[in-house]
Amino acid sequence: MRSSLRVRVFSAAVTLALALVLLDGLWHFFSWAIVHAIWSVPRGADGAPDTDLCRAAIGRGACWAVIGEKFRFILFGFYPHALQWRSAIVVALFVLLFALSLNPRFWRPALVAVWLAVLALVAVLMWGGVFGLEFVAADQWGGLPITLILATFGLALSFPLAILVALGRRASGLPVIRWIAVAYVELIRGVPLISLLFMASVMLPLFLPEGIDINKLLRAQLAFILFAGAYLAEVVRAGLQALPRGQQEAAAALGLSYWQATRLVVLPQALRHVIPMLVNTFIGFFKDTSLVLIIGIFDLMTTGRTATLEPRWQGFGNEVYLLLAAIYFAFCFAMARISRLLERRLNEPHLPIVEPA
Amino acid sequence: MSGPAIRFEDVHKWYGRVHVLRGISLDVASGERVVLCGPSGSGKSTLLRCINRLETHEKGRIVVDGTELSDEPRALKAIRREVGMVFQSFNLFPHLSVLENCTLAPIRVRGLARGEAEARAMEYLARVRIPEQAGKYPAQLSGGQQQRVAIARALCMQPKIMLFDEPTSALDPEMVREVLDVMVELAESGMTMLAVTHEMGFARQVADRVVFMDQGEIVESGPPGEIFSAPRSPRLKSFLSQILHQH
Ligand SMILES: Nc1ncnc2c1ncn2[C@@H]1O[C@H](COP(=O)(O)OP(=O)(O)O)[C@@H](O)[C@H]1O
Ligand SMILES: [Mg+2]
Repeated sequence: MRSSLRVRVFSAAVTLALALVLLDGLWHFFSWAIVHAIWSVPRGADGAPDTDLCRAAIGRGACWAVIGEKFRFILFGFYPHALQWRSAIVVALFVLLFALSLNPRFWRPALVAVWLAVLALVAVLMWGGVFGLEFVAADQWGGLPITLILATFGLALSFPLAILVALGRRASGLPVIRWIAVAYVELIRGVPLISLLFMASVMLPLFLPEGIDINKLLRAQLAFILFAGAYLAEVVRAGLQALPRGQQEAAAALGLSYWQATRLVVLPQALRHVIPMLVNTFIGFFKDTSLVLIIGIFDLMTTGRTATLEPRWQGFGNEVYLLLAAIYFAFCFAMARISRLLERRLNEPHLPIVEPA
Repeated sequence: MSGPAIRFEDVHKWYGRVHVLRGISLDVASGERVVLCGPSGSGKSTLLRCINRLETHEKGRIVVDGTELSDEPRALKAIRREVGMVFQSFNLFPHLSVLENCTLAPIRVRGLARGEAEARAMEYLARVRIPEQAGKYPAQLSGGQQQRVAIARALCMQPKIMLFDEPTSALDPEMVREVLDVMVELAESGMTMLAVTHEMGFARQVADRVVFMDQGEIVESGPPGEIFSAPRSPRLKSFLSQILHQH
């Protein structure tokens, strides 16, 4: 009894101490981010913002004015100013697409068609050159659309690739296919993503025939698809291995072809088993897109960093990086939510994952 | 077609260096009901699984419903359509409802319309006496109910031949009866059946012939009365005495 009382007093003391530390930290943050924050700065005689006010407040209050001045550049990079509405629509489309995919009511085969349509629309809006839209070369794209494009196209294309590779690794009668699948996974996994990106941006053009020039973004996108495909393939393979052999045999005995059995019996079960691992890989991959910084593609991370390089705004990186963190968090959190929803739904056997067509 | 439903001609199979089928020759006539028995590891499952080519054989010929088994995909497809199989471990598709389990192959392989496939599924679910479970998922059913669904699922393809691989050995004793009753009824309807089972009561009741296998060979075969009351080979005698001790 005495000792249990002592334990309780001790744990109460620890809880209290932790709460105080936490509160103190929160208060300091609140004081910096809200109470002493500078929300806007006056403009000098030349029309340029005068950041003296912010400089005076460094260390005491946040300078949110940098966000107000720079948010269009951070979000859209060097996309022509007058056409940035197109970039904005692209971001909105992606957000809408993710929101739609979050709702179990829409988990039906038609969602795949919606995804394809949105991805096509994104390409039209970004590039233009059709329907009277002015053409914008890919090296002018930047900011959030780049991050979302790299991640979304990357996942949408690497996932089917991963499934094919995982199936190929188990193709017992086709040693060549199995060998190619193994070599692909092991090669890509054994190399850092950064070196893959370098290879895609520097070496790939050397191997291409004269006159053919794939733009840098497309090359980076290719590197991402290959990279994510290898990791996802291993996750999918784990799901395939967890499936009892009897499932495939029962499907074959009923007369289903290999592809019918794979599509209707094997994959729906195998993928269910590995949803948390899949989403985990997706989230990691979303954040890894920021590595394109090193080959000079202006994704969200790069535009944010570039914004703080302007002499006038130097020293206000914290504010910009907080904004970037908030944006990355919002997207990753949404993916985590999808994962949780899916898992909950799968624990109720009477709820199908996908409504029958 | 007046040939046998299934014909094995000197069939051999190896797993690596293990010789598991050693010269099997066996005819099963159309409408005949054959029970296959023998000690564990004697090759009964392997023999059964060669018939719909879940396993391949290395030597000899297997002819099913007039078509010889080979790597030719069209022949294989034709044979699998006509041969239904029931496994020891049920192998229902857990992500599909009972009704969907039963309509999947008729729709995808036979090309039936959904309505037609569902009507047929309900008919066979009624025959195995669980029409009220059509909307449930396999995990919500007992073992006996799952095995009856598996039988209905195979029957929905309206096969000419049904294969059973120890359909009751994974079941709790109180559920064996309900599955055997369904199998007896099916046997009496004139279906060609090849069943691996140690349920001697079932064999006596419906089998036209009992085939005894040991170490990859057919040792003895004949009507159930003869096999059970007047075994000739010592191997069959010792097998029967073991079975009787168990029961
Ligand atoms: N996939 C396999 N790989 C290797 N050996 C196997 C395999 N399946 C079965 N065997 C072997 O083949 C023999 C016959 O097995 P099986 O047909 O399952 O016998 P039964 O059904 O009569 O118990 C056994 O010795 C078994 O160990
Ligand atoms: Mg067996």
